[in-house]
Amino acid sequence: MSEKPKLALYWASSCGGCEIAVLGLHEKILNVAEAFDIVFWPCVMDFKYADVEAMDDDSIDVCLFNGAIRNDENARLAHLLRRKSKVMVAFGSCASGGSMPGLANFTDRDAMFDWIYHKSPTTDNPDGIVPMKHTDVPEGDLELPGFWHTVKTLAQVVPVDYFLPGCPPEASSIEMAVNAILTGQLPPPGSVIGPDVTVCDECPREKHEKKIKRFYRPYEIIPDPDTCLLEQGLFCAGIATRSGCGARCPQVGMGCRGCYGPNEGVVDHGAKILTGIASVLDAQTPEEVDAILDTLPDPAGYFYRFHLPDSLLRRRARANGEKIVAPASEAAGEPA
Amino acid sequence: MTRISIDPITRLEGHGKIEIFLDQQGNVDNCYFQVPELRGFEVFCVGRPAEEMPRLTSRICGVCPEAHHMAAAKALDDLYRVEPPLAGKKLREMFYMAFYVTDHTTHFYALGGPDFVVGPGAPPAERNILGVIAKVGLEIGGQVIATRKRNHQVIEMIGGRTIHPVAALPGGMSQPITEEQRQQIIEIARQNVEFGQFTIQLFHDVVLANTDYVDLITSPGYTQKTYYMGLVDENNHVNFYDGKVRVVDPDGHEFCKYAPGEYTEHIAEHVEPWSYLKFPYLKNVGWKGFVDGKDSGIYCATPLSRLNAADGMATPLAQAEYERMYETLGGKPVHHTLAAHWARVIELQYAAERMLQLAEDPEVADPVVRAIPTATPTEGIGIVEAPRGTLTHHFKTDPDGILTEVNLIVGTTNNNAPIYISIRKAAEALIQNGNVNDGILNMIEMAFRSYDPCLSCATHSLPGQMPLELVVRDSRGAVTHHASQYVPPELLEQFDR
Repeated sequence: MSEKPKLALYWASSCGGCEIAVLGLHEKILNVAEAFDIVFWPCVMDFKYADVEAMDDDSIDVCLFNGAIRNDENARLAHLLRRKSKVMVAFGSCASGGSMPGLANFTDRDAMFDWIYHKSPTTDNPDGIVPMKHTDVPEGDLELPGFWHTVKTLAQVVPVDYFLPGCPPEASSIEMAVNAILTGQLPPPGSVIGPDVTVCDECPREKHEKKIKRFYRPYEIIPDPDTCLLEQGLFCAGIATRSGCGARCPQVGMGCRGCYGPNEGVVDHGAKILTGIASVLDAQTPEEVDAILDTLPDPAGYFYRFHLPDSLLRRRARANGEKIVAPASEAAGEPA
Repeated sequence: MTRISIDPITRLEGHGKIEIFLDQQGNVDNCYFQVPELRGFEVFCVGRPAEEMPRLTSRICGVCPEAHHMAAAKALDDLYRVEPPLAGKKLREMFYMAFYVTDHTTHFYALGGPDFVVGPGAPPAERNILGVIAKVGLEIGGQVIATRKRNHQVIEMIGGRTIHPVAALPGGMSQPITEEQRQQIIEIARQNVEFGQFTIQLFHDVVLANTDYVDLITSPGYTQKTYYMGLVDENNHVNFYDGKVRVVDPDGHEFCKYAPGEYTEHIAEHVEPWSYLKFPYLKNVGWKGFVDGKDSGIYCATPLSRLNAADGMATPLAQAEYERMYETLGGKPVHHTLAAHWARVIELQYAAERMLQLAEDPEVADPVVRAIPTATPTEGIGIVEAPRGTLTHHFKTDPDGILTEVNLIVGTTNNNAPIYISIRKAAEALIQNGNVNDGILNMIEMAFRSYDPCLSCATHSLPGQMPLELVVRDSRGAVTHHASQYVPPELLEQFDR
């Protein structure tokens, strides 16, 4: 009888929802605890960095890593856990594609600090203080991890074997991944674990091949409860988004925003959503297409809601066209 | 100078950090509580359509996404000057009560409760939900799981998803519930009310019946006098979803009461170079550093603060327990941070009773749950009580409703300075003349845990541990002392002196 496989779970820059999603397995969490030897799960168990550093390389069988990489601390743990783990899984949308915090790549660190520590209406900061990597206080030096200009996905920092998207992954997706790991029935390395279907495939709303003349903002109309939201002019990314979620959002009348990411073989999720959307536009000329798309505000924020850092766009330059120069360590995806 | 580093709240040496410095005599000279994280929602949400905010800001916190979802929705109502239909309002509040029952249950049984139910001096291995089960019976574990599960069902039914719900829009909710669903929710809410009573009884039997615990709650190391904040209804009763923010001074007198739109007249945020998290304080008292008392603008926003800031609870069972708490602890306001656990149980009872009231009202299943906004948007502010403190969302937009400015004051952020003070008090009480006791770990952990801190804003630690590691280094950085978490009972006595 071989030993139980060793499992590590970690969160980097994240909201904690992925951890709650794992706990959302309810009683099935006990099966996970029984099947695996959990060697590192800071949210739940009292293990420390030192414990991980002391482990042999490749001694962890599987690491489920959630959260994006946005500071030196996140990068340090990504590298450490990669070295110690045989299989690295990017767990959830932040680790896979950058998720919503990845929208920060439309801006940069300086702009963020400027608003948060200087200009926001409640900030009282007459001395113009901003958080520093090192602060000399009378008693000694206080350290903070360096904050990056750019949000990166896990795979942009270390090699990743599998991806489990979702914000957060639904319990059924997590169960599927756990079973695949336990039975060794994993797809080829580099794959997304989960069925390669779209949200539309799982959505009970009826499609009538209807084309649209304009988009509506979600608050502007009360949609018919049984008909495809996109065909009613409400933005829905389900047409070009991987499912596994059970099409939950459209079922309560809200369009999909794309958290499970693109299907197999798609390089850029946003471009694919645009293509999908284009198929429902009732337009004969480029001008008509433009006119309809003009009714959809913030296309970048809609098309790249969950996958900007992972897209071909990656990030935006400064408004004045100036290039953002990150420290060499950040550019290399290494902790400083 | 000796330096002590504690990397706490978890989970790891990552998302929260304490540095304590001792003077020549080995007493606490100063300490720092650092939050090394920032994600910057206030900046990257700019340029997005405002109506996406309930779905964007829920990602601030996977533990309390419902709170951000609701605060954003209310800010959107204000932005578009639209009043949701009564059914829409009631549906939102009912959804929110289901969330409160779940969240407070988790905290009481899995996070904070074990300190009391199992005992603060019990070995860490027993100080968790499993220890609670061992002490009060297996059946209770089942009840906790069942409570979470049935309320998650309600959250998903109304909000679309359990984690990161999607249904709130300016003017109401995306979809009504059916009469059949309402009947299901009535049944669930009834069970919640019973569970609330059961929890109160448990608190009395296990905690209050033990004078050691009561002494611990009222000990000086866990006492600090600050201002207290909470949302109240028109009768000055605690309300989680709507009302005005009321602040009482350390003597319990009303200091101010403001509508969401007036928050910038009352709240300011202080910046330190050694933490990414700002320190809110009352503007009209002023920032006086990390000190408590009437002259310092530092305020608390916890379950206990809400009870201190209100005149009572709006439901009978919660009100009865509210009165019992203040009788037992010597009147209002209560300054003992550990009493937040009692306050949380009272709030759990209120959330359950309020949920039942709303479910029993047939109007909550009315099909009209949304009003279509027509006004041109400019600015909107929404406030709810998140379990971990008053939550403020403030949006400005262009005439098309595209965000131009976002300011957020998040639950735990309110408590950033009070947590710092609590840590220092615990450290000062325990570290004397160079004697660094292992007990400091658990005592600080308990001081911390009463805030249920949620940094980022998701610092939950399950089941029941907030792993703390204490390292004492000499001036050359060599480790001279390495402490674990076990607290011998005699240390508790020392703390209680």
